[in-house]
Amino acid sequence: MNGSVIEIIQPQGKAAEGEEAPPTVVARAVYEHPFIVRLCHWINSVALFVMVGSGLQIFRAFPSFGAKIPQKDLLHWPKAFAIGGWLGGALQWHLTFMWIYMATGVLYLGYQIFSGNYRQVLFTPRDIPGVWPMVKHYFFGGPKPPVREAYNPLQKHAYTTAIGLGVLSVLTGLVVWKPAQFSWLGWMMGGFHWARIWHFAVMWAILGFVLGHLVMVILHGWNNFMSMLTGWKKDPEY
Amino acid sequence: MNRRQIDDKKFRQIGRRELLKLTPVLALGAFAIPSLQERLLKKGLGFNDWAAARLFRPGHLAPTFDNADVAPFEKFPINGYDVDDPGVDFDKWTLTVTGAVQKPGDYKLAQIQSLPRYRQNTRHICVEGWDVIGRFGGARLADFLNAIGADTSARYITVNCADDYYESLDMATALHPQTLLCYEMYEQPLTRAHGAPLRLQIPTKIGYKQAKYLTDLKVTNVLDKVGYWEDQGYSWFYGL
Repeated sequence: MNGSVIEIIQPQGKAAEGEEAPPTVVARAVYEHPFIVRLCHWINSVALFVMVGSGLQIFRAFPSFGAKIPQKDLLHWPKAFAIGGWLGGALQWHLTFMWIYMATGVLYLGYQIFSGNYRQVLFTPRDIPGVWPMVKHYFFGGPKPPVREAYNPLQKHAYTTAIGLGVLSVLTGLVVWKPAQFSWLGWMMGGFHWARIWHFAVMWAILGFVLGHLVMVILHGWNNFMSMLTGWKKDPEY
Repeated sequence: MNRRQIDDKKFRQIGRRELLKLTPVLALGAFAIPSLQERLLKKGLGFNDWAAARLFRPGHLAPTFDNADVAPFEKFPINGYDVDDPGVDFDKWTLTVTGAVQKPGDYKLAQIQSLPRYRQNTRHICVEGWDVIGRFGGARLADFLNAIGADTSARYITVNCADDYYESLDMATALHPQTLLCYEMYEQPLTRAHGAPLRLQIPTKIGYKQAKYLTDLKVTNVLDKVGYWEDQGYSWFYGL
């Protein structure tokens, strides 16, 4: 169904007497988001919510990146914006949902690669010239570049980066979880201590993406939002 | 490109059908139901422990460090669940061995110290998130198990401590070459606050698995007690 187009037409019959009038096309819809992509998106959004919330509760147990002695706290994250209630509870959430988070990641990446659907979202060197005009349009009141495909170059950049951050969140998390078994991966990150810092930094980068993503969803309206639920985008701009 | 012409009613029908396909996502809502939440998270933690045990490689060593990387002794945190010094009488102290072993009984510290001594600079990681590199010395638990004629096909080692702390270990970790019955830190006898006279030192496990003030050791196939923090809801395997 990928790439499918629907032309929504007015019911026939009353149009003309005797002759068969060509149906009037009143709207178009394009199938933008295959089922697996939508499924992964929504499961992952729940999983990400839990991972961030429980991760911040885990961080509350030792809110520092320095030594234990003397302990210099970085920030006191409020308990109200954390999940799990206590360290052990938060770890239960974190260690359970990390499997859901990883499973949707693997399913998503596998589907995108094997279906070829990645082409609509993967940022490639071809997209580079289109980035600046989009930035000018979004942030500096520049003219709107013509819309030719489901994702504009800046969107491709954002989504490709977000997927990259997702992969990094898993890799840094693996080192924090198993610094001995994944010691080679930890070594590449500068050791366990640094992996914990990277893991934390990647979370904030992902939250930055989520914020921008939510703002754009609100700005782009209902049809765009519904496309992530039904797959079909009504009245696309291209 | 596949192009179809349909009316608005049919289009909405297609949209509804596609939306309904996403209903499996709602299954995650089970985690929000209080009566199910605890059971689901317990299952999740159980799965996590199962996977962690499979990721453990008996021959893979935890990273070791140069003496220059070792934290000063004063900066090695003292962490216990209860008291820093349960008042062990060193003269009378023995390690009581029971379970699936050929030579059960009370073992003196000197007997454990007569086994080959290993010293290692390894990272101690607390479940809270802090870590510290220390210098530890002691006998390999594997050597001790061999000396007491332990059945190493048994599944678990359990330990009891002078401060009523208790823990259990999988046999694979117990036999790991870096798993020590530790009686010295920084080439000095273990201090009371760090678990004297004998503690577990396991660089492939999280801190709370590394019980201090050992008094009893049992080789067994059945866990009658799991571990102090595990009973509060923490992971049992927690391998690093």
